[in-house]
Amino acid sequence: MMGPQMTNRTSTGKGLSVVAWLLAIAVMIGSSPASTELLIRITEGADSAIPVAVVPFSESGQMPSGDKISSIVQDDLTMTGEFRPLPAEKMLSLPSSGDDVYFRDWRLLGQRYVLVGQLTRRGDKIEARYELFDVNREERVMGATASSSVNSSRSLAHHISDRVYEAITGVPGAFSTKLAYVTLQRSGGEPLYRLQVSDVDGKRARVRLESDEPILSPAWSPDSRKLAYVSFETGKPAIYIHELSSGNRTRIADFPGLNSAPAWSDDGRSLLLTLSKDGNAEIYKLDIESRSLKRLTNHWSIDTEPTWDHTGEGFFFTSDRSGGPQIYHKSSENAEPRRITFGSRYNARPRPDNDGRYVYYVHQRDSSFHIARTNLQTEEETVLTRTGSDESPSVSPNGRMLIYATKQGGNSVLTVIAADGGAAYSLPASEGDVRDPAWSPIVQ
Amino acid sequence: MKVTAHHKLFAMALSLGLIAGCSSTGDTTEDGTYDSDVSAVDQEGGSTVYGGDDGDGVSSSEMTEEQRREAEARAERAEREAMRDITTFYFDFDTAEIKSEAREVLVAHARYLQSNPNQDVRIEGHADERGTKEYNLALGERRANAIERFLIVNGASRSQTETISYGEEKPAVMGSSASDWAQNRRVELVFQ
Repeated sequence: MMGPQMTNRTSTGKGLSVVAWLLAIAVMIGSSPASTELLIRITEGADSAIPVAVVPFSESGQMPSGDKISSIVQDDLTMTGEFRPLPAEKMLSLPSSGDDVYFRDWRLLGQRYVLVGQLTRRGDKIEARYELFDVNREERVMGATASSSVNSSRSLAHHISDRVYEAITGVPGAFSTKLAYVTLQRSGGEPLYRLQVSDVDGKRARVRLESDEPILSPAWSPDSRKLAYVSFETGKPAIYIHELSSGNRTRIADFPGLNSAPAWSDDGRSLLLTLSKDGNAEIYKLDIESRSLKRLTNHWSIDTEPTWDHTGEGFFFTSDRSGGPQIYHKSSENAEPRRITFGSRYNARPRPDNDGRYVYYVHQRDSSFHIARTNLQTEEETVLTRTGSDESPSVSPNGRMLIYATKQGGNSVLTVIAADGGAAYSLPASEGDVRDPAWSPIVQ
Repeated sequence: MKVTAHHKLFAMALSLGLIAGCSSTGDTTEDGTYDSDVSAVDQEGGSTVYGGDDGDGVSSSEMTEEQRREAEARAERAEREAMRDITTFYFDFDTAEIKSEAREVLVAHARYLQSNPNQDVRIEGHADERGTKEYNLALGERRANAIERFLIVNGASRSQTETISYGEEKPAVMGSSASDWAQNRRVELVFQ
């Protein structure tokens, strides 16, 4: 769970110092025939970032090769842009339990929090005991143990990051969640689309679907077990539901014309989607079990990009009924649509947060396309990005981070920012484009 | 897929043809290729080339009336054939309005479809990369539908046409300049 939330974090404009990191560790995808690499490039952290010392965990018994668990935790915290971890070489001591933490030393180093821990190998499992200390208050904030199989030590690390993040910020972390996205390579002019799922740091990426025709708009089911998406694999667009563990797929919508923009309901039983079978792009609700359809919009204009609001009763969508694309909201399936955006002539693809405070969308200003959000209470609009060809915003499940696709040097990359602005990290593909990111829900 | 590869070759051949057409007229405009494409058509289709039976021409006095009619008919066919070489139609940003220059060419396609009822056409709508993918899918469809309606109004049968939108997924040219975008906001007719 990835989320930054702390007191009053300001992170726009010049309040940012360039940290310019390159963690740059290539990820090979396990099962795929050709390997794809996704890199992580942490570009900026906020000046207001909280200094935290993640002390390298002590180890007893054989540990898996690859990144150390405490390094992964440190990277997770850095990724949010909300924390500024202390490099290990600057630490005066390397305690692994609370008894050896001398607050005075850490205060001298300007640290707010110290995380210490011990890793023990037990058979094919790794057990972690870890403790978090508040340096100013000289108190233990939390202590816990957790374990995982040796093969999933990255999951163990992300779990620790989640707990630490929540202990400091009060908001659940999103480090254990997943990203779905589509990569596009053009070799010899022939496009190759790959639907992939990775950790939120781009690691452990696996290809789930490969096609020489477009794959678009992956959407997570509420239990994170399935993806719905649009694939042109038959030569025309259809919507598929793909169960990740088994790889089983169902073609759920294959009507004449458009079949696009799937969005799950909270109970996972229905999809909102865009169909044009009745003449032009309209929004429908499809019951997955019975396959029954209910039409939810009726207008000669384009209505598309639906997404349920936090109540699960109403939904946001894009419509150009006023002349250009704008965000609309219907408070129930049968309510009159209310226009949300007025700030420019192009606002599209709404994505609300989970508590109904903000809606995020693609916003044209002058000749550039940014990600903006509107506060649904005050109706105040804020442009969040400084990049200029931005698409496909997806909010982290804790509402603290936002991932979107943008252009870097002619290629499409994914960028993660704090939900109130401020760049944190980007995820370029080692080759070609990576786009259409979707952040999975938190699954307990 | 095979269809796509085939269609790409076709499109490539066409655009080469169009470029040749442009340069022969020597008429280049600043604001996008579609202008020059269309002006090439206008010039070929204009009366200067084929209208000369008023004695000023070199040839007319040498021809019999029958020969002249034949030549005219041939010329007209050639003109229509040449027009039908143009199978890509361009649009302004976020619109599906058929440009006035495109109408004559589309009428030629419609007439051709009308007189060849076994000929089918696939109408592929596209958008440039700007804006959102899903909205662009709908926009590409709106463009394809506009062209389809125009063809049907002018004589094609609904059973001959099918539409598909690729949104921004299949750009004609890579790149992010204004002229790249102009070339990507298009509908392509693919005769099958």
